[in-house]
Amino acid sequence: MSFDAAYQSQKLKSVGTRPLRPDGVDKVTGRARYGADFNMPGQLVARVLRSPHAHARIVRMDTGAAEALKGVKAVVTAADLPDLTNGDAELFAVLDNCMARTKALYDGHAVAAVAAIDERTAKQALKLIEVEYEILPHVVDVDAAMVADAPILNDELFTGGVDPKPDTPSNVANRAEFGHGDVDAGFAEADFIVERSYKTEQTHQGYIEPHACVASCNPDGTAELWVCTQGHFVFRQNCADLLGLEVSKLRVTSSEIGGGFGGKTHVWAEPVALALSRKAGRPVKLVMSRDEVFRASGPTSATSIDVKIGAKADGKITAAMATLRYSSGPYPGMWAELGAMTSFACYDLENVKTVGFEVIVNRPKVAAYRAPSAPMAAFAVESAIDELAQKLGVNAVELRIKNAAREGTKSSYGPVYGPIGIGPTLEAAQSHPHMSAPLGKNQGRGMACGFWFNFGGQTCSDLNVNADGTVALAVGTVDVGGSRASLSLIAAEELGIDYKDVKAVVADTATLGYNDMTDGSRGTFSSSMATISAARNAIAIMRARAALTWDIPVEDVYWEDGHAKAAGTKYGNLSPLSVRDIAAESGNTGGPIAGHSELVADGAGVSFATHICDVEVDPETGATSIIRYTVIQDAGKAVHPSYVEGQYQGGAAQGIGWALNEEYIYGADGRLQNSGFLDYRIPVCSDLPMIDTQILEIPNPNHPYGVRGVGETSIVPPLAATANAVSNAVGVRMSHIPMSPPRILAALNAERD
Amino acid sequence: MSSIAVSTTINGDDVEYLCQADETLLDVLRNRLGLMGSKEGCGTGDCGACSTIMDGRVVCSCLVLGAEAQGRSIETIEGMANGSELHPLQTKFIEHAALQCGICTPGFLMAAKALLDVNPEPTEEEIRFWLAGNLCRCTGYDKIVRAVQAAAAEMRGEAA
Ligand code: FES
Ligand code: FES
Repeated sequence: MSFDAAYQSQKLKSVGTRPLRPDGVDKVTGRARYGADFNMPGQLVARVLRSPHAHARIVRMDTGAAEALKGVKAVVTAADLPDLTNGDAELFAVLDNCMARTKALYDGHAVAAVAAIDERTAKQALKLIEVEYEILPHVVDVDAAMVADAPILNDELFTGGVDPKPDTPSNVANRAEFGHGDVDAGFAEADFIVERSYKTEQTHQGYIEPHACVASCNPDGTAELWVCTQGHFVFRQNCADLLGLEVSKLRVTSSEIGGGFGGKTHVWAEPVALALSRKAGRPVKLVMSRDEVFRASGPTSATSIDVKIGAKADGKITAAMATLRYSSGPYPGMWAELGAMTSFACYDLENVKTVGFEVIVNRPKVAAYRAPSAPMAAFAVESAIDELAQKLGVNAVELRIKNAAREGTKSSYGPVYGPIGIGPTLEAAQSHPHMSAPLGKNQGRGMACGFWFNFGGQTCSDLNVNADGTVALAVGTVDVGGSRASLSLIAAEELGIDYKDVKAVVADTATLGYNDMTDGSRGTFSSSMATISAARNAIAIMRARAALTWDIPVEDVYWEDGHAKAAGTKYGNLSPLSVRDIAAESGNTGGPIAGHSELVADGAGVSFATHICDVEVDPETGATSIIRYTVIQDAGKAVHPSYVEGQYQGGAAQGIGWALNEEYIYGADGRLQNSGFLDYRIPVCSDLPMIDTQILEIPNPNHPYGVRGVGETSIVPPLAATANAVSNAVGVRMSHIPMSPPRILAALNAERD
Repeated sequence: MSSIAVSTTINGDDVEYLCQADETLLDVLRNRLGLMGSKEGCGTGDCGACSTIMDGRVVCSCLVLGAEAQGRSIETIEGMANGSELHPLQTKFIEHAALQCGICTPGFLMAAKALLDVNPEPTEEEIRFWLAGNLCRCTGYDKIVRAVQAAAAEMRGEAA
């Protein structure tokens, strides 16, 4: 059945309310089962041996003594995960990252793994594995990796996206360019130009739940995987490909997920756990330690970005340019490209050019982190815009409003925008009381804007109407932050029934068709689309059943307020049939009632946010505290406003941590020095004030209720908003993130000298 | 290595178990007693996901040895509700949307309960500093603090 996704303005009853979430009780009583909370009979415990070197050739490995240890049931190395990738470079990178083949490419890179009867034995066995390494020169810094004589990580990597193709390998994997117009001409027209270089350090998603899975390969060739993941269907595909299993033989169940933020979109340990289980013939549980999470999973890119913006004296921007270098770990990704696409997405520019360079370094393979790549680009661009405002002597909000993108603007990355929220969020910021509140000594205010595309993608849902008229909704997108509540609201809305009569579950890979990851803020957007479509299909069946009951043509039955109604007056007073009535009779009218839906959700609406941040900086210590913070963001339509606010607040807090504290610190030996929450400090409760939120609703024309994704945009502005606030407080432009106390003091001292 | 026999009280019940000398209370709770409501976020005392209450004080159960529980009284998240009646903190956490992924929630609830047990009327600042040992990566803490305030008010008998 074709599905009309166009937005229809209507009065909504369920959507927009704040009911209690269905998984709430399980989660406050400790009953919810996360990745590490599942066990199987006869289960073994796995541990992974990791390289202590940033870059080293694996010359020889001897696992004999480990295998001989009593209680050890299997030891695997790269030899147990043979290369079945068939020339697929991206999949090969996944494989090589799961288990190093010829070279260890970062401190923490897995080189072998053990399954034993208990953790103590497994750890002992790791110590018995002998690995002979030939240590190679390494490089961890993104700029250092680009210089001509940098240690080369991969002799077969030649920069893509340049003409002619280079004839020597380098660490620059790719060059990507976006933009339009003529920037040279634009800069020639400018009365004022700002130009500056920025750096951001590598951060981790910092989900509190470490990666965990239980893998079980059976002698009959079937296998099961219980795992905390943002996308169990994608994990199934990857694991099946890497282990040479048929997709149908591998059943993947997603556990409750203890945070992901993009970091649980890639397989790391799961293929290893499956290989161990296959070799040992028993189920295997593999849980990462926090140290392993930091050293071997996540993180985001470190960046180095140059920005140049020119404007007329009246504030009209005439040209904008950015060169962005993103580290991607030892394998290429698309991180610089995303940075280059998002840099100037907030503005309406005649002449714009961005160039992104993807750079491989001896650090863990970069994974998506909430609006991946956008926060760093926004930090550089929004800092430059602030500097430009100061140079022009105009208000920073007004300058942005003057240049903001609007409906019809050709975006800096290509497409022409439909109705968008950048202007409205800026206007809301301008009139927000926060903007005019007085500031005290050593305090400063900053603001910044942010953009994220939002994704749609492949989605499949099932909606079953039970015999008592309640509804069971099965979705295939993992619930990372309350989507079961939101999707239940959507189903209730569409069917015209009560929220509490809908029960949503996340189905496993054996019971539902393929679903893409919950990433790109697509979970609620795309699954809500599929839910609406499934509900409409169920309604079509219920109309038919009512028609049968009344013995009238189905065209004469319409659906309103949760009831089938006979159209017109010709049928006298047939009293409407509720979902309950129709369900109760279903056994006599054709059997169970269900609505199914499979679709590719297109047209996820882009979203924009504006943040305002006040800080106080202690000039003696360089320590910064956030004293007030406001998030204004366009949600399209807030399905469950409490969880939308939660997304806004959570993203802001993560961005603040990135701006002020969080960074990977490497020693000269290329080893990570702060692989724990004590030294990698994420914001704690006493670091933050309440975070005010304002939800704007500019409907997405491509969704029946106007929903856009909301999960990611909120992390885009805080780096810049905080940096602008600190710069205003201390009177020095801060261009290196995080603005840890030593960095702020150094900037203050440099200014004094 | 020989095991140590431990007699202790958990959520009001007498419990006996054997554990290794170097085994943490968290591992005992999760792996030997099936009390998996306490979570391991770090294993080094930095995240608070494993918070339990021992003799009235919040502890990181990953930093307590299983053998140290001998003769003590331990409270875990599994004992927080009274049968099917949720503790006001549990109710308010759900009502205020104070959890997103929920992995930090058991730890926050235990820590917050210990706070309200000794200080029924904490200020926002007292709540924030008391809970500074519990990490939440999802919420930005705003709704958690509000939920604790609301639960405290309800427990004092004020309309929240
Ligand atoms: S697991 Fe105990 S404090 Fe993190
Ligand atoms: S709700 Fe996810 S860590 Fe707190």
